[in-house]
Amino acid sequence: MESKQNINLKLKVWRQKNAQAKGEFVTYDAKDVSPDASFLEMLDAVNENLVIKGEEPIVFDHDCREGICGSCGFMINGNAHGPKKGTTICQLHMRQFSDGEELTLEPWRATAFPVMKDLMCDRSAFDRIIKSGGYISVNTGGARDANNILISKVNADEAFLSAMCIGCGACVASCKNASAALFTSAKISHLAYLPQGQVEQNQRALNMVAQMDAEGFGACTTTGACSAACPKEISLINIAKMNREFLRASITKKEEAGGGDLA
Amino acid sequence: MLNFLKSSVGRKYIMGLTGLVWVGFVLTHMAANMLILFSAEAYNKYGHALTSNKLLLYPAEAVLLGAILVHILCAISLTIDNRKARDSRYAMQPSGEKAPPKPSQFMGIQGSMILAFIIFHLITFKYGTHYDVTYDDVVMRDLHRLVLEVFQSPGYVTWYSVCLVLLMFHLSHGAQSVFQSFGFLERKMQGGIKVFAWAYALIIFLGFLSQPLYVFLIHKN
Ligand code: FES
Repeated sequence: MESKQNINLKLKVWRQKNAQAKGEFVTYDAKDVSPDASFLEMLDAVNENLVIKGEEPIVFDHDCREGICGSCGFMINGNAHGPKKGTTICQLHMRQFSDGEELTLEPWRATAFPVMKDLMCDRSAFDRIIKSGGYISVNTGGARDANNILISKVNADEAFLSAMCIGCGACVASCKNASAALFTSAKISHLAYLPQGQVEQNQRALNMVAQMDAEGFGACTTTGACSAACPKEISLINIAKMNREFLRASITKKEEAGGGDLA
Repeated sequence: MLNFLKSSVGRKYIMGLTGLVWVGFVLTHMAANMLILFSAEAYNKYGHALTSNKLLLYPAEAVLLGAILVHILCAISLTIDNRKARDSRYAMQPSGEKAPPKPSQFMGIQGSMILAFIIFHLITFKYGTHYDVTYDDVVMRDLHRLVLEVFQSPGYVTWYSVCLVLLMFHLSHGAQSVFQSFGFLERKMQGGIKVFAWAYALIIFLGFLSQPLYVFLIHKN
């Protein structure tokens, strides 16, 4: 089996004690890194050395390490999740880098995503956007037959592509306006394409856009930086869908019915 | 509806709508001014026809002025929010496959330059020296003569061309974005819209550029 040689790297890592502290870059050596290691495994090794030396390890978010949970993510040389398209940082391998390279690691930076420590930031703004409407209401009880309601293949596919969003926040991190339009629109579209999502369609669009604005994310200026950085390559057409949903909801949302006609 | 207009999405609709007014105007302005390549008489007569019908002229000017003012105000308000949303800067910018297209990154600077250009442009031509000329016993403004004079200056032609490049970038991004902002964008349209927007911007650029170049290089006084 052919294997590339191990490499040495210089890491300029953002170290910040807590949310209040002012952070700074600290340089570390990553020595003898296997090209088959993932980026996070490489950092684990660096951290192990730091622990041995009695220093604080570098803090970063991670969980599944297989690109499906959305926990991981920071900037490598200005690119969210590193240089490779369609990849989370946990799925990025060291063979992407060459010997002697210097890598700058920074946390997501957005007012709505305050840095908690080192490379970890608080993304609970996304949870609050979901809470404002990113769900459908269903009756409890036995699970219903999955194919009860017919869904066209086109819509099912489109909904699935939107549902691939793992909520990692790379879109916000990459956008020069720190806009959450791609995330919010993926969540709105994913449900709007399906019949089950249509019951609460109007309220969902209104609430989620309002929550997105309230959290202090910027507006979309269609640069496409979000979609380019997205590990799931969520398309900009979701944002168009969100805008359409939001416009329609603003115009057609019905008032709650009272008794009789208005005089 | 007020909530709609205040939201980030709503303001994008306004940006798009007011931008579209100018997308239309710029195209007709460019196309009509091509008359300069053909004859002074046609050029002046067209200008006269436009400006003599006050019933059409004033509302049209009002719409253009209104649209650009709203466009600017909206841009300012969005920019303020956008700056607030990103309170600290990165040490490095995205590169390679993940770098966004350049024109989209500088819409504000392009816009400000274009605004300066429009003001200067109005001062030079609309409110510039008034020459008279008579065709078929009708006295009208000889704008053709003024344009010929202005475009003799290499400095003016250079500045004009630079502004046209900025205009081209601004329009190329605007004409694509509007589809997304308005919610018309579908998967199958993505490639086509890019081509359409760039074709439009390029036609505007080349059309407008041909006019000073023609005067400067061929129609020397
Ligand atoms: S750790 Fe779960 S997506 Fe990277």
